[in-house]
Amino acid sequence: MTHVFEVISTWAIPVVIAFVAFWAMFVKRVPVYSEFTEGAKDGFTTAVMIIPYLVTMLCAIGMFRASGAMDWLCDILNPVTSLIGLPGEVLPMAIMRSFSGGGAEGMMVDLLKQYGTQSQIGRIASVALGSTETTFYVVAVYFGSVGISKTRQAIAAGLLGDLASLIAATVIVNIMWF
Amino acid sequence: MMNYIWAGLVVIAVIAGGVTGTMNDVLNNLFDFAQTAVDISLGLIGIMAFFCGLMRVMEKAGMCEALGKAISPVMRLLFPEVPADHPANSIMAIYFAANILGIGNAATPFGLRSMQELQTLNKTKDIASDAQAMLLAVATTSITLIPVTAIAFRAKIQTEGAAEIVVPVIIATTISTVTGIFFTIIFGKTKRWNYQACIDREIAAGTIQINENYIGPDPIVLPDDYVSAEDRDESYVAKVEKAVEEEQKEAKEEK
Repeated sequence: MTHVFEVISTWAIPVVIAFVAFWAMFVKRVPVYSEFTEGAKDGFTTAVMIIPYLVTMLCAIGMFRASGAMDWLCDILNPVTSLIGLPGEVLPMAIMRSFSGGGAEGMMVDLLKQYGTQSQIGRIASVALGSTETTFYVVAVYFGSVGISKTRQAIAAGLLGDLASLIAATVIVNIMWF
Repeated sequence: MMNYIWAGLVVIAVIAGGVTGTMNDVLNNLFDFAQTAVDISLGLIGIMAFFCGLMRVMEKAGMCEALGKAISPVMRLLFPEVPADHPANSIMAIYFAANILGIGNAATPFGLRSMQELQTLNKTKDIASDAQAMLLAVATTSITLIPVTAIAFRAKIQTEGAAEIVVPVIIATTISTVTGIFFTIIFGKTKRWNYQACIDREIAAGTIQINENYIGPDPIVLPDDYVSAEDRDESYVAKVEKAVEEEQKEAKEEK
């Protein structure tokens, strides 16, 4: 099963690129080299455009992470999340998931090493990490790339999505294995 | 909301840093993450440039349109205000396909290109449109079939059962995506977050930023007496106050 997925994700991009190059050049007669470089310029501009948004967002998150305020948040939320059967050990990682992808990955690795990949804690952590993206990062990058700073409901909806995935991860793992 | 969250994060961080004696770490992290943000963005340049180049070739060869048509029923449902022949459809189709296949690195450039295409249908420069909010909800709740990163970390520690989380992740991510879409729609109807209401508030405050590249059917028309916030000096304030007074007088007389 894993093998099939690995093959797909390794082959998909190269095969698509070759197909696009062949089809555009030999069937549609598109001047591929000059069009490609033209498009690449846009990509460059977009990547640079994101910088101010990402700096603003990540600096605040970095300060928050280092301050120990995360522990306070865990103390407040733990009584609530334990009601759905979430082990308290997973909670810091689950909260970190919305703020910092790298931070959450590091915390998941710690949990996996400490409790084992097939423990209840290890499985809930992996499923919770795998089933959402980092809300604050996505908002900064995606909206930043078009210069949008008034995000409306995006953060609220994204965080509720994160919460839903955490609840789902806990319930599913508990039903499937424990 | 972003304003409150950002200010909240910074203020709480400094208070907590002071109380728990971690102010040194707070300061170091501030500089570290500023650097990280630039590293991430600059690291994106190569991959962004490559896939944007590829995408342009695909567009010129007419390959995007075919893809866009294939998943247009889903698009109509999630993005009702995007016309069927708009290029955003096909790029979003590629974006969804890349995500579902789990080629995450390749997905981001397509996601950003989709955002840019949707910006042509955004009446304002800086307020997210309904379609953009919806795309973000899908992006942030993730629609992957294979949680590549999580499996890779698990396999590094223990190969046995590393991929056993695939099915639970598919269920959990479906639930989170549906939740995200649901609340995006519901919240989008509230007074606080309704698109038109946000525009009206900006017009009233004199801070509206109109998108000159808007190609949709219904551009913003500013009222004749619109004065931007920068030009609202004392004489403007006096004028508005006078107008309000007169209105109240008229209302009284009518009574």
